[in-house]
Amino acid sequence: MADMITYREAVAEGIAREMRRDASVVCLGEDIGEAGGVFKTTAGLWAEFGPERVWDTPISEQAIVGAAMGAAMTGMRPVAEIMFSDFLACCWDYIANEIPKVRYMTGGQVTVPLVVRTANGGGLGFGAQHSQATENWALTVPGLKIAAPATPADVIGMMAAAIRSDDPVVFFEHKGLLASKGTPAPPEHVVELGRAAVVREGADVTLVALASMVPVALRAAARLAQEGVEAEVVDLRCLVPLDMSTVLASLGRTSRLVTVEENPYQGGWGATVVSVVADEGFALLDAPVRRVAGECVPLPFADALEEEVIPTVDKVVAAVRSLAAY
Amino acid sequence: MDSAELLARYEQMVVIRRTEKAAHDLFLQGLVKGTTHLAAGHEAIAVGASGALRDDDYVFATYRGHHHALARGATPEECLAELMSRATGLCGAKGGSMHLTKASTGMLGSYAIVGAHLPMAVGAAWSARMRGSGQIAVAFFGDGATNIGAFHEALNLAAVWKLPVLFVCENNLYMEYTPIADVTAVDRPAADRAPAYGIPGEVVDGNDVVAVQEAVAALARRARAGDGPAVLEAATYRHFGHSRTDPATYRPAEEVERWLKHDPLDLARGRLTELGVPAETVTEADERARDVVHRAVEAAKSAPPPDPREALTDVWADGGAAWRT
Ligand SMILES: Cc1ncc(C[n+]2csc(CCOP(=O)(O)OP(=O)(O)O)c2C)c(N)n1
Repeated sequence: MADMITYREAVAEGIAREMRRDASVVCLGEDIGEAGGVFKTTAGLWAEFGPERVWDTPISEQAIVGAAMGAAMTGMRPVAEIMFSDFLACCWDYIANEIPKVRYMTGGQVTVPLVVRTANGGGLGFGAQHSQATENWALTVPGLKIAAPATPADVIGMMAAAIRSDDPVVFFEHKGLLASKGTPAPPEHVVELGRAAVVREGADVTLVALASMVPVALRAAARLAQEGVEAEVVDLRCLVPLDMSTVLASLGRTSRLVTVEENPYQGGWGATVVSVVADEGFALLDAPVRRVAGECVPLPFADALEEEVIPTVDKVVAAVRSLAAY
Repeated sequence: MDSAELLARYEQMVVIRRTEKAAHDLFLQGLVKGTTHLAAGHEAIAVGASGALRDDDYVFATYRGHHHALARGATPEECLAELMSRATGLCGAKGGSMHLTKASTGMLGSYAIVGAHLPMAVGAAWSARMRGSGQIAVAFFGDGATNIGAFHEALNLAAVWKLPVLFVCENNLYMEYTPIADVTAVDRPAADRAPAYGIPGEVVDGNDVVAVQEAVAALARRARAGDGPAVLEAATYRHFGHSRTDPATYRPAEEVERWLKHDPLDLARGRLTELGVPAETVTEADERARDVVHRAVEAAKSAPPPDPREALTDVWADGGAAWRT
């Protein structure tokens, strides 16, 4: 369909919209200029905005994110690309120690309005050092906002909110979704950070998912519907701010909870969701909660092995069945 | 530099030296918590460099940054109140000795992860260039920072983008306790590396405020003219140990003595005499500096502690700390 847009195109479109409306928005990263990015998520930006707005960098993750920080502190709104989210570890000092703390430790004097974009997650067979879902790394750091859109329209709307945010945002673009298509976003489309979306309604169980796990949860819900189990699917969209109101409201309707996350179970965001539910929504539950999560192993290469490790529709269906029967 | 300007620089250095002495005494009295990294001995670098900069230029410093904050417009009272955990501190007592920041004067912070601020200074210079503001950025750092990856990434990026940023190394011969020479493959840890990035690497007597100011002024002119970054390595010595718990017994007595004789305040005083400034004029400057710091100590002592509720502010731009909706 001609009026559909891919997730990949939505990334560039979302950035371009902000660059058009605000001259202080600039991009930097490896191969993002004329080459358009290794995932082609910045295609067209260099042609439209030129090398004074879209800067190719050396392979220097610390310098990329550190320079973005310095620019953000002095009046710009940089959008830095870290090619694969695994490489965030190379500039982790900036993500964990510098960017999120400066506002606090200066007593509010300095604001760091930047976006660090990165290609996250598995599903493409890139092996252990190019396939991790790393959003939980950021979740452990006070002072970072974390966005992880699942649809092209959300990519555009959340990119707008992230770039306009006066707070630092780590923006996870899921590699497994880049080729997926969706309806384009209307002009001026902004999706406020910290607003989850109920993407499928259902009265029997709540599935809470993020990024590539949203379509997995939706496919599982479609299959479950054939068995007479109606699942409500909540797309969290953001981990910080975390929209627990929407999750608790959904649980009020369904009384059963399954979280679906790509990252390993240990320390995963699902644990935070579940702990808030245990703390504040225990009385809403009619069954134990289930967390479908990745295995605690490095991501293997072969499809058959990767499938074994990352949640699949089958695994989600099985988890929901076990609860429906409870 | 004329005698009036030199006298002003001298007085600034005395204020810094006395503030450091006050920080030391207050620590011993239990009024300063945590640790401090005193910069006594390094004053000429901060003051000389500041003398060569525009008021709106950006400065990034390390945990050993009291002198930079003071040279770039923070008052002794704000700094000491911050060290003493008072509400009136520079950062509302959320920063402490290692994180003195005064954004309104371009003092964009002191960073305690060695070398981390060098790419930030590159970014500030990049931003200045994009905004066409004519500002430059300066990163002050220790010799130890030159072996950190971020140093090399920062120099290379600044060089290829030809940014107006100066990297000023305060080479005091030691990292914490280890001599830099023992762990570095070149003699001049900062200056010798600059040519590898195609940029100038100069060396200056970091205890001579006039020499530092002239060197920084020349490199700043170059940077502002669009000729790109430079490295300046300033030779200096710290009078105290690395931090409050370090008696610095690892330093040879002869070395310490030689450097204490090369004190930046003495050097400046000698130059003032050469320029014909009367001894009583210098004494008046000393007294003014003593009074300023004395009043600062008293004011900081009588300032209230921060409201505990402040702990949950300033994470986000909305002023709060909420992680969920
Ligand atoms: C990345 C990192 N590693 C180690 C430390 C611990 N540390 C603090 S200061 C210091 C020595 C730094 O020496 P130098 O850069 O020469 O600065 P100076 O203290 O002499 O001013 C070390 C190793 C640190 N803060 N950050």
